[in-house]
Amino acid sequence: MKLSGAKAIVEALKREKVEVIFGIPGGSTIPFYDALYESDLRHVLARHEQCAAHMADGYARVKGVPGVCTATSGPGATNLVTGIAVAYMDSSPIIAITGQVPRSMIGKDAFQEADIVGITTPITKYAFQVTSASQIPDAIRTAFLLASTNRRGPVLVDVPKDVQLEEVDPDYPERIMIKGYVIRSGDPHPYSIKKALGLIMSSERPLIIAGGGVIASNCSEELVKFAELILAPVATTLMGKGAIPENHPLSLGMVGMHGRGEANKAVEEADLIIAVGMRFGDRTTGKLDEFARNSKIIHIDIDPAEIGKNIRVDVPIVADAKKALSILHSKLLEVGSKRTESEWIKRINSLKESFASNYTERGDGLKPSRLMKILRDCIPAKSIITTGVGQNQMWAALHFRVLEPRTFITSGGLGAMGFGLPAAIGAKVASPDRPVFNIDGDGSFLMTEQDLATAVSEALPVISIILKNRALGMVRQWQCLFCNKRYAHTDLGNVPDFVKLAEAYGAEGIRIESYESFESAVKKSLKAEMPVVMEIQISPDEKVLPMVPPGKGLKEVIWYG
Amino acid sequence: MHIIAALVEDRPGVMFKVTSLIRRRGFNIDTITVGSTEKEGLSRITMTMRGDESVVEQLVKQLSKIPDVVKISELKPSESVYRELAMIKVSAPDPAKRSDILNYITIFRGRVIDASKDSLTIEMVGNPKKINAFLDLMKGFGVVELARTGIVALSRGSRSTSEG
Repeated sequence: MKLSGAKAIVEALKREKVEVIFGIPGGSTIPFYDALYESDLRHVLARHEQCAAHMADGYARVKGVPGVCTATSGPGATNLVTGIAVAYMDSSPIIAITGQVPRSMIGKDAFQEADIVGITTPITKYAFQVTSASQIPDAIRTAFLLASTNRRGPVLVDVPKDVQLEEVDPDYPERIMIKGYVIRSGDPHPYSIKKALGLIMSSERPLIIAGGGVIASNCSEELVKFAELILAPVATTLMGKGAIPENHPLSLGMVGMHGRGEANKAVEEADLIIAVGMRFGDRTTGKLDEFARNSKIIHIDIDPAEIGKNIRVDVPIVADAKKALSILHSKLLEVGSKRTESEWIKRINSLKESFASNYTERGDGLKPSRLMKILRDCIPAKSIITTGVGQNQMWAALHFRVLEPRTFITSGGLGAMGFGLPAAIGAKVASPDRPVFNIDGDGSFLMTEQDLATAVSEALPVISIILKNRALGMVRQWQCLFCNKRYAHTDLGNVPDFVKLAEAYGAEGIRIESYESFESAVKKSLKAEMPVVMEIQISPDEKVLPMVPPGKGLKEVIWYG
Repeated sequence: MHIIAALVEDRPGVMFKVTSLIRRRGFNIDTITVGSTEKEGLSRITMTMRGDESVVEQLVKQLSKIPDVVKISELKPSESVYRELAMIKVSAPDPAKRSDILNYITIFRGRVIDASKDSLTIEMVGNPKKINAFLDLMKGFGVVELARTGIVALSRGSRSTSEG
């Protein structure tokens, strides 16, 4: 049956079991939107394409399936770029479908023409253009296959307007072969498992560092079982938060530049680090030469290019984290290797106790750390947290204890301010029954604030908690600590009244002036039917501590600013 | 010198994907060539670079993640044959010097492919060291123009890079 290329795309998306698309229409996607008009695919109209991409990303991270966003050619497509880069850095599967000027006008600098395939090639798993309608079925299948297999990531499909209009009799493939792309079984090589077992059994002080790969591979259960078997404490990267319930006795919290004292100390004292689904990013390791100097390293990752990229490891295991951890677990059981007590765990527990007092709040005003603890105590374990980027994000990472995987959604690798609100919207679409909180800063929130209009229009009750310090707080903190308090352009000056701003959008605005009012507002917001914005004034001098200065080793930590 | 040979899909934009990755990750290559292969639909990209084994390994691993790269491997210079073509235009107005140049061409097994009253254009095929040595000699006469293709290489023996 003949149909337009645009309809063929919609049909292909339905075959991929897509339920929702986030986007904004424009000149080059009018045919695609015309096809959407008569389909039952849900469309969430964003107010800025960057947000459409973040929404698709938030959706993907909560659901574990690709999120789809769309934009028109030129400025629509370039606005997606930040969102695509976020997904790339955090290995999140999103599909971006962009309109393009008609084929005959490509390369002529036509109105709203931008080389989006060229622009996004370095920040996608793959970006390509469809040059005839007959390619559409394969193209969409390819995009979903690439985005959702091996190490996941964003894929961009660019569709010229005349291709959307071209008539085609589409032939949808069940399977597709991509010559240069092998879907990995994820099975670890027996030799590396054998070597790893040797290191694990001879280790006295094993430490697990879990990254985003544990979440992507849905193997929290396997991770915890493995950790319990070998009695290894578990630290996580920022992306790994949720890999282990952070109230578990073996949980150490986040490691790295803003890692918890006990986690960073454990890295220093461990004799074996088992790195699972993490990439030794600079914010995790600090100065590489000084990272884990006393320890052997086992590195489990699905992407062979991650092995040896940043750090030399003793045993690489190229595998799906779930498979690798289950095999290690069962092999250890086979040889009857199970620890019941260890000096190491006693040491870890004493570290936790000795650092506990460092986290207590000092001074006047509302303290982010206490707010995070109150929030945790007031909301169900399954609630989803998204964050902005900067101090707000690090306070959340340090002090908000995540209890379930896929409930802490943050822009880790790229660190894109403005991520919190649109990611929360995507998360809420993915999981309407769960409360979704966006922990944000005023600077970060203002970057994508216009999409409150989307949340209101779609009646999505996402709750934004804005820690308002009237400053670009993280940069200000660095200026305080490393630039002799020369606060160059980090004072935001006239910051809007977020209560009135929320009301202007048709959301509910609440000004929080005490811990008690915060607690009651959070509890009340669990029943909200429309978006809520809480404004909480905090001091601009409030810092994220501890902190390892950039370029320093993890032990050179600053506790007091 | 490290030689990397990649079989890639023969379609528009693939060379861009490869060079974009090389630039983005800060690899520094010396030569890159692309051409057809024995298999329809596949092109062969040959790159050379200097540097640590670990850098080369990382480049190979990163390039192999591009879906258009069907196969990629490092060819050890000792286990492969490799050649480069250079075309060299040398200033030769003086008949005495011209005969010197012709002698050198014979020694280096090059060929004259164009001549004018004032110049000779020479074709020189071989490994890059030989071409460099010949060029050093020609500098004394005056090199007017130089074009080099970069290296192409095949593994020694009967195996093909596209197998397996």
